[in-house]
Amino acid sequence: MKKENKLLSFLRDNTVPIMFVVICAVCIPISGFSASYLMNEIVTRMGRNIFLILALLIPIMSGMGLNFGMTLGAMAGEIALIFVSDWQIWGIPGVVLAMILSIPISVLLGAFCGKILNMAKGREMITSYIISFFMNGIYQLIVLYMMGSIIPIKHFSVKLPRGYGIRNTVSLLNMRQCLDNLLAVRVAGVKIPVLTFLIIALLCLFIVWFRKTKLGQDMRAVGQDMNVARDAGINVERTRIISIVMSTVLAGFGMVIYLQNMGNIATYSSHSQIGMFCIAALLVGGASVDKASIGNVFLGVILFHTMFIVAPKAGAQITGDSMIGEYFRVFVSYAVITLALIMYETKKRKRKSLVAQQLQQEQEEASGT
Amino acid sequence: MADRNTPLLEMRNIKKDFFGNQVLSDINLTLSEGEVLGLCGENGAGKSTLMKILFGMDVIRETGGYEGDVLLNGEKVQFSTPFDALAAGIGMVHQEFSLIPGFTATENILLNREPKKRNIISEIFGDRLDTLDYNEMTGRAERAIGKMGFSIDKDMVISEMPVGHKQFTEIARELSKDSLKLLILDEPTAVLTEKEAEALLDSIRAMSKQGIAVIFITHRLHEILSVCDKVVVMRDGFVVSDVPAAETTVNEISKKMVGRSVETAAKADIRDMSGARTVMSIRRLWVDMPGETVRDVSLDIKEGEILGIGGLAGQGKLGIPNGIMGLYEAGGTVEFDGKQIPLNSPRRCLDASLAFVSEDRRGVGLLLDETLEWNVAFPAMQVQDKFLKSYLGGLIKWRDEKAIRDVTERYIDELQIKCTGSKQKAKELSGGNQQKVCLAKAFALEPKFLFVSEPTRGIDVGAKALVLEALRRFNRDSGVTVVMISSELEELRSICDRIAIVSGGRIAGILPASDPSEDFGMLMVSMVK
Repeated sequence: MKKENKLLSFLRDNTVPIMFVVICAVCIPISGFSASYLMNEIVTRMGRNIFLILALLIPIMSGMGLNFGMTLGAMAGEIALIFVSDWQIWGIPGVVLAMILSIPISVLLGAFCGKILNMAKGREMITSYIISFFMNGIYQLIVLYMMGSIIPIKHFSVKLPRGYGIRNTVSLLNMRQCLDNLLAVRVAGVKIPVLTFLIIALLCLFIVWFRKTKLGQDMRAVGQDMNVARDAGINVERTRIISIVMSTVLAGFGMVIYLQNMGNIATYSSHSQIGMFCIAALLVGGASVDKASIGNVFLGVILFHTMFIVAPKAGAQITGDSMIGEYFRVFVSYAVITLALIMYETKKRKRKSLVAQQLQQEQEEASGT
Repeated sequence: MADRNTPLLEMRNIKKDFFGNQVLSDINLTLSEGEVLGLCGENGAGKSTLMKILFGMDVIRETGGYEGDVLLNGEKVQFSTPFDALAAGIGMVHQEFSLIPGFTATENILLNREPKKRNIISEIFGDRLDTLDYNEMTGRAERAIGKMGFSIDKDMVISEMPVGHKQFTEIARELSKDSLKLLILDEPTAVLTEKEAEALLDSIRAMSKQGIAVIFITHRLHEILSVCDKVVVMRDGFVVSDVPAAETTVNEISKKMVGRSVETAAKADIRDMSGARTVMSIRRLWVDMPGETVRDVSLDIKEGEILGIGGLAGQGKLGIPNGIMGLYEAGGTVEFDGKQIPLNSPRRCLDASLAFVSEDRRGVGLLLDETLEWNVAFPAMQVQDKFLKSYLGGLIKWRDEKAIRDVTERYIDELQIKCTGSKQKAKELSGGNQQKVCLAKAFALEPKFLFVSEPTRGIDVGAKALVLEALRRFNRDSGVTVVMISSELEELRSICDRIAIVSGGRIAGILPASDPSEDFGMLMVSMVK
């Protein structure tokens, strides 16, 4: 009886990951991909995405929920890469320079976002989502009109032929996968980008260490109860802003890693979906609005991307239409986020009614004796 | 105990008013090192306000400060924030827990005062990146728990702790501050079991031996007598008695707590309705209303009477109407007019001709951004299809604006609601007038049974009299049964026929309103937990 309950509660707590395991288990054989192809794809995507998703962990720790503000960091990363490719600095130096350049932009955007989120406590998720739309407008203004006219951009491969504005696609061919290829090893036909994984491991270590710092402790306190934290003398507003700034800066780095792997920047769309896909991947890994771990990130990336790889092929095999996969990917991302939010609310409500049950039981026990 | 002549704390002629409403007048208190002072009084007697002044809470400064002097070790102090008070060695354990649920006891005890270790990164980016020194944290937490003399698991996460242990965690947090000289405990035993309360009293004695002075606020009078050196009783913003604990008794204290000039409340027309039909019978009701938990309440209400429900704050009197009307989760059975009322379903209650004027005027009672007309007519329109014109055999229903205006104007007249007209927005009215609108709203439903919760909270004397008179008239003229819940005993005694006193979530007793107030006072503290 007790064992059954444990199993049930395990199933209930991990509904989303289990659903994805099932979907993947069904789709993999239908798609007919070879194991080495699949492994290759998954490892590549892990290197590409994990850093970005890890950037989401810090705001969750400080109680700011799933933060679409990371889109701002992604924009900062893109702007930095545009500059770097205009200056024709390629390879590892280009990547490092782009990361450094993205820091001041990320900090500025993050501080702005944090300030606004402090005015919208409890509604961080939707507010950051809308801020990312607003910032997208400003990003376009800068990239489309100001770059080349006010901000000096020289190189013809970056600039639009009309003299100002950035091309739809900026090629990063000369730095494509330069991080991933350095120190790469092949294991059973699977290329493992060791350096990228090392960087990711370093970030994981940083996050683990950071939780033990005073600032990390403060963030956890603020995340669980802002009023108690404030009464204890913690500067709640400042702590929250720092948490968003850190997340934005990390997202900026993550975007540089992501784009060097892709090998080109889709100037006007790279960042637009990135927040949603990262959040969806994290939720697939079993995270919730107020709780997420490094383990959730890894599991989420593996499951979410396995589905991405196999679903289009499986869809094509069944329906004969390959577009179904692309449709599926967008649909599933939104569905996962919605489902996770609903589950979060129901769990909260259930916890509340537990108190009432206890009260009733107490009374029954009292009358029994 | 260095100099016995200069007391640790002295409060001289403290006065405080909230917007002209005098809540403290000429309070004088002294407290020596290691002394335990018991502070008691009814709700609204001014205990909390006095402690807020001592602790430098923001609300005092925001409402215009206070008059008089607070002296600590013979020196005048003026705290502008609680942090100043903390720095001066004053600690306070509040009624509401101030703990981080996901942290362990140790983490909570040392919240924002964690011992830290420097490292390379913090040298560059500042001391917020120092790592926490977990060994030192454990040591300090252990010492604080040892000082308290009641053992709690320092590694247990707060959310998994029994309530009593949470309370002890809070106390340990104050004790972990080395500068602590004075500890204020605001009803610390309210959530404790008897055994835990006993342990707390022991730890208060231990603290006092170590030279820490304690101000102990509680409604459990026997606790005060067993642990305190002296007892201060407050009433209506005055200190009415300040005597050594050895020289007083529970009886005397409770008498002083409630005993104002009893004659003023004498009332001519108390009716004995014991012969009337039972209109509502409540059996074994429990209600999960946070802070107002109700346990196993059984109560019979007679047709046509005005029943008062009184008791101290947090004892569950508010939970009774809120539970029956379905606003908080409840269990048990409620029978009205011979039919069972389903709980947890506000609509079914309203359909059964019950009405409720909530104590939460702004949250539950009013549509703040709408006109008076809407406020008065809305529930009747929703529940009873009143004030509607129907066309096409009821397929389309239109608001009957004229009927709505007429009824609103009638109530504005009857209840003397001060407003610019029936189209004024509810949020623009004063508290007293908002309360009258709430009543009008309930009256417009023409219920058979009316719950009124704290109808006079936060409104001035004139409006109070009017509201009470309106309720009485409503009861007398329409024969409606009224149950009124109020923290003010005298108010209940002036209008009710019988008064039930709730204590510890249970009915402690029901007495005719004509009984002396000391008897009610005894009931109030009888089962406090």
